[in-house]
Amino acid sequence: MANITLEINGESRDLTIDPNTPLVYVLRNDLGLKGVKLGCGLEQCGACLVLVDGKTAFSCSTPAAAFEGKSITTIEGIGTPEHLHPIQQAFVDARAAQCGYCIPGMIVATKALLDTNPNPDDAEIREGLSQNLCRCGTHTSILKAVKRAAQEMQK
Amino acid sequence: MTLSASLLRNPELDDWITVKPDGQLIIATGKAELGQKITNAIATIAAEELDVDPTRITVITAKTGVTPDERYSGGSNSMEESGNAVRQAMAHARQRLLEMAARALGEDPESLIIDDGTLSGRANHKRTTYWDLMGGTRFNYTIDQEIETKSPGSYRIIGKPITATGFEGLVTGTTPFLHDIEMAGMIHARAIRPPNYLACLIDVDEEIVRQMPGVLDVIRDGSFLAVAAEREDQAVRAANKLRSIANWDDSKRLKADVNIYEQLVTNPRQSLLVTDGMPDGTPIPVRHAVQADGKSMTATYLRPYHMHGSMAPSAAIAHYKERDRLDVWSHSQGVYPLRTALAEALNMPEDAIQVTHAPGPGCYGHNGAEDAALDAVLVARALKGRPVLLKWEREDEHAWEPYGSAMRMEMMAELDEKGLINYWSHESYSDTQVVRPGADAPHSKLLPAWYLENPIPAPKPQPSRVKHGGIHRNADPIYALNNKRIVKHLVHELPLRVSALRGLAAYANIFALESFMDELADQQGVDPLEFRLRHLDNQRARDVLELVAKTSNWQNRNKTDGQGFGLGLAQYKNQKAFAAVFVDVSVDDEGQITLRQAAIAADAGQIVDPEGVRSQLEGGLIQSASWSLKEEVTYDSGGITSRDWESYPILGFADVPEIETVLIDRPDQPFLGSGEATMGPTVAAIGNAVFDATGIRLRQIPFTPENVRLAAANS
Repeated sequence: MANITLEINGESRDLTIDPNTPLVYVLRNDLGLKGVKLGCGLEQCGACLVLVDGKTAFSCSTPAAAFEGKSITTIEGIGTPEHLHPIQQAFVDARAAQCGYCIPGMIVATKALLDTNPNPDDAEIREGLSQNLCRCGTHTSILKAVKRAAQEMQK
Repeated sequence: MTLSASLLRNPELDDWITVKPDGQLIIATGKAELGQKITNAIATIAAEELDVDPTRITVITAKTGVTPDERYSGGSNSMEESGNAVRQAMAHARQRLLEMAARALGEDPESLIIDDGTLSGRANHKRTTYWDLMGGTRFNYTIDQEIETKSPGSYRIIGKPITATGFEGLVTGTTPFLHDIEMAGMIHARAIRPPNYLACLIDVDEEIVRQMPGVLDVIRDGSFLAVAAEREDQAVRAANKLRSIANWDDSKRLKADVNIYEQLVTNPRQSLLVTDGMPDGTPIPVRHAVQADGKSMTATYLRPYHMHGSMAPSAAIAHYKERDRLDVWSHSQGVYPLRTALAEALNMPEDAIQVTHAPGPGCYGHNGAEDAALDAVLVARALKGRPVLLKWEREDEHAWEPYGSAMRMEMMAELDEKGLINYWSHESYSDTQVVRPGADAPHSKLLPAWYLENPIPAPKPQPSRVKHGGIHRNADPIYALNNKRIVKHLVHELPLRVSALRGLAAYANIFALESFMDELADQQGVDPLEFRLRHLDNQRARDVLELVAKTSNWQNRNKTDGQGFGLGLAQYKNQKAFAAVFVDVSVDDEGQITLRQAAIAADAGQIVDPEGVRSQLEGGLIQSASWSLKEEVTYDSGGITSRDWESYPILGFADVPEIETVLIDRPDQPFLGSGEATMGPTVAAIGNAVFDATGIRLRQIPFTPENVRLAAANS
């Protein structure tokens, strides 16, 4: 066990954990941030994506200790049901979720994309979501949602 | 309309509706919310029939002892079964409430006006409400007769866009999935699976693992092996350790030396003639001999094993409480059948078990959900008093879920002098399509039961006798054909575990049927749309086909080099939604297929939630495209080799086409389930489009560049 400090959703959190534990377990089980999903543990599906210093990062296999000194944002840090982020509102409006298990990772990836490229074209959106898998086949609705979010955020 | 089968099974009105004193209405469905948004449709139907605002309604879903028993949420049956049951139950509730109000207000029931649950009389202007009338009590009414439901002309809600609920929770990650549930005293568990189906556990040094931090118990029963720990990360570490030290006898090997498509025609089998969608015992006529004059054609189509590939590995919670009461939370599609299966496997009375559906990843049929439930129960039985959350690992989900069956379809047709089909033979070879758990004693369909010290083996599959069921689903063409010979072959002793996957055999049968229609059209030099229409007298099928042709500008299509267009048509199960699919593809010199555009035209009868129907149809198209272009479960004699998303790739954002979906609403017609309607038409449309682009006929799924090049070499 070791003491580590992580900056998560703007707050500094002191933790006593096995430092080799992948970040996703620490986020979910020590910090209660269950919006972060575990899909494969192999960095192949994107359900576990978080923002690290503004860029997407898989949380499912890299040890938590590797994230010390970095700024982590989870889906919980993007918006809440009462205060939806415009990206989340666009996903709601486009009904861009079936089972919804992949959706937090999709929104994290969209946030990283639109923060660096506020007006992406179709190919850039698809590239921005290339780390994310969806099995329900919600892709067309998700693409619409991202386009709608980009438009709304530029207003 | 005759009473819904769900109402006949659950006739107590109070099982379907609770009117709360605060004006909220609880509507119960026995179906599970799987992402298909059945709860939105149910809420809308109930609101319409009761004349209340939909915001008053909360829908509760599958929970044994609480919601009605509506068996499995599958087969595209949920709208027809639960949708109709709720509509009819609410009509009865409305009638009871009108009678109560008439007495309370001294009015004639027919003269009362209902507005958002408030009833007012015309004579004396007195008012009351549903909730005041009920006063927190029950209806105590048994539904035993048919009732007239509202006519579409008087609808206030259905037909307008509905306000969908539940999305805010999903987009913020605050909707708890089963995997996210926390309970007081809850512990975590993992099961350690053998290297393959046939391996047995020889020994494992449990003590090493028992010494690891947080480990509470190692559970071993025959070849069933699991570990429980206080924390999830501790359970994962302990499971990894067990996996590395367990000593398995894997001398028995899977039959991988004979190609699966060979095994489908050489293994033992049971064969049945299918007449009007029903397998019967009549002798199977000998197939016509192939004529050399070009008047007959044959073709063989192949479909590999496909996996559900849920985005989250299966999971379950089990909790043995006092007096051996067992609570289970599962993402199973059927909580009542699962309760029966658990009771049988554990030799417990059913009424000592409660199974509650909790949200899981989209499952598209029978995945590992029920198996995980028994896994969790076996651990919880060793640690009574503590809730156990057990999760599978990704590798286990890929390697142990029951797959969609591999299939082989052998087609033959003869044409008359006018170029019309006058003989049609369709033979489907397949393992069973459905091994869903339920009442199976003395057998069990739950995976862990097969590996216990005293194993409860799986039953030998029997041919489905259900109309348009398993292997013969959609083998009967929607076209008006004479002289049909349709044969199903249930093939035994095949190597991989299988069960229900979206569409069952419809996906492969429609692939064969609709590809073969294009082959016949091409042989006759007739446009594929025109050839279909010449054989089609089902007006609703014609309507969707002509609508998709219009939407895609079929008649004026104009392709560039390497580009092609294709159509596919079906009515799922010959009795659910009609769907026609158009695709526009391009194929490069390496055989790589790109889906450029797609269109869907569908008729799902009366539409309650158009966006929900669209989402199901488009999701089906994309999932079918993924199976068709990329997917094949691979294995060797040592076991499954498709063990993650790299060894079993699926369609991603780069590969998904734009889709235009048009719906035909038929308010005066019954609901027709839409969740599986596009699977078959999509694969056929892609194959047909590739032929249009290249002249290469694809008869083996998946249409990988390798298989395209192979087909090119053989054509």
